[in-house]
Amino acid sequence: MLQTFFNLDIVKAAWPILLAGLGNTVLLSIVVVPLGLFGGLILSLLAGVRNPWVRWPLMAWVDFFRAFPPLVLLIFLYAGSPFIGLELSGFTCVCIAFFLNTGAYYGEILRAGIESVPTGQIDAARSTGLGRFQTSLYVVLPQAVRNVLPDLLSNTLEVIKLTSLGSVVAMPELLFQARQAQSVTYNPTPIVLAALVYFVMLWPLVRLLSRLENRAVARA
Amino acid sequence: MSNWERFLDTFFNARVMARYLPDILYGTLITIELAALVIVSGLVAGLALALLRSVGFRPVNLLIVFTVDLFRALPPLVIIVFIYFGLPTAGLSPSSFVSTWLSLTLVLMAFSEEIFWAGITSIPKGQWEAARSTGLSYGQALINVVLPQAIRLTIPPLTNRTIAITKGTALGSVVAVSEILGMASSAVSNSYNPSPLTLGAAAYVILFFPMVVLGRWLETRMRWKR
Repeated sequence: MLQTFFNLDIVKAAWPILLAGLGNTVLLSIVVVPLGLFGGLILSLLAGVRNPWVRWPLMAWVDFFRAFPPLVLLIFLYAGSPFIGLELSGFTCVCIAFFLNTGAYYGEILRAGIESVPTGQIDAARSTGLGRFQTSLYVVLPQAVRNVLPDLLSNTLEVIKLTSLGSVVAMPELLFQARQAQSVTYNPTPIVLAALVYFVMLWPLVRLLSRLENRAVARA
Repeated sequence: MSNWERFLDTFFNARVMARYLPDILYGTLITIELAALVIVSGLVAGLALALLRSVGFRPVNLLIVFTVDLFRALPPLVIIVFIYFGLPTAGLSPSSFVSTWLSLTLVLMAFSEEIFWAGITSIPKGQWEAARSTGLSYGQALINVVLPQAIRLTIPPLTNRTIAITKGTALGSVVAVSEILGMASSAVSNSYNPSPLTLGAAAYVILFFPMVVLGRWLETRMRWKR
């Protein structure tokens, strides 16, 4: 059993390949998490606009991209773009798809955070002479982020896990490298090793989240 | 042909769409089947684990917490690939459908256990004590007093999480489940035209958009009371 699923010789041989994959997963996460946050920030700030011509299309946009499986979006971009003469790389497609998909999720979370800040805070900030933009940046956003921090972290965990979709469009991240190693060795050890790496990397975040969520429930 | 016409002919080609519509419909059926199975088994397993945890036997609880952590930390696609490509080496060969179903069930089990457990622990102790003092047994108190209140609290987060995980049925295409995305992808390579993907995308929106709107509505209707 151990020979099959955790063959030490294969572990030794596959390790450098997986390590390169891990590096790419980390790099990819460093690119797509801020990208999604940026998209979400734009959406959440626009959500404050009262005009129904902004409000309804915005809500439809967010719900559309929350309803759309990210893998479908990715494949659509990757397989569809060559037909209109655009040869988008796997990396570009991942970036666009994550910006649209995870941006919608981050946007919902940040919107809830912004709505949780009492209007008195905004009135007070404005009365001291701060502009609208300054009020958002220095008064509303810091409190909003603090209020929804567990949700933001939870979504970030999901985004990092989602980078494994990059393997489908041939991005050499952790899962892709593991599958390459597995198909060469005809042995599942590289997949087990990759799962282990994901687990070791993300477990602390899961523990932290579990504690934060329990505390939120205890306070409710 | 103008650019606009060329665009329409590429992504909304009526002839190609008509040709592959039955395939996409078949894929939609498989997606619905897979999604329904995942939702039922994942939620039942999650609730069962949360109930087991409420008994409070420490070794069992540690095991439950570890299992939940494990399936929260692993990307679903990694679990699918492991079950489909890894298990056959040990003599078990689950089909691609079963692999996808099992993986998503485990993930939904983990997330829903967390949510159910949070719901159960959020019920004030006084409710337990009052129920027990009227002569209800532990099981009766749990089923008739605590769970109805707990489940109400869990519905909005549970709905959103369930939708997010159910969308993962598209991951089945990676191990060749003939669900919507799988059918659409093979139709694209057969027809050299991306219109089947447009159809597939439309099928996903028709399936999941109402669910997302429902989730949003539930969220505003049944907020966690502070």
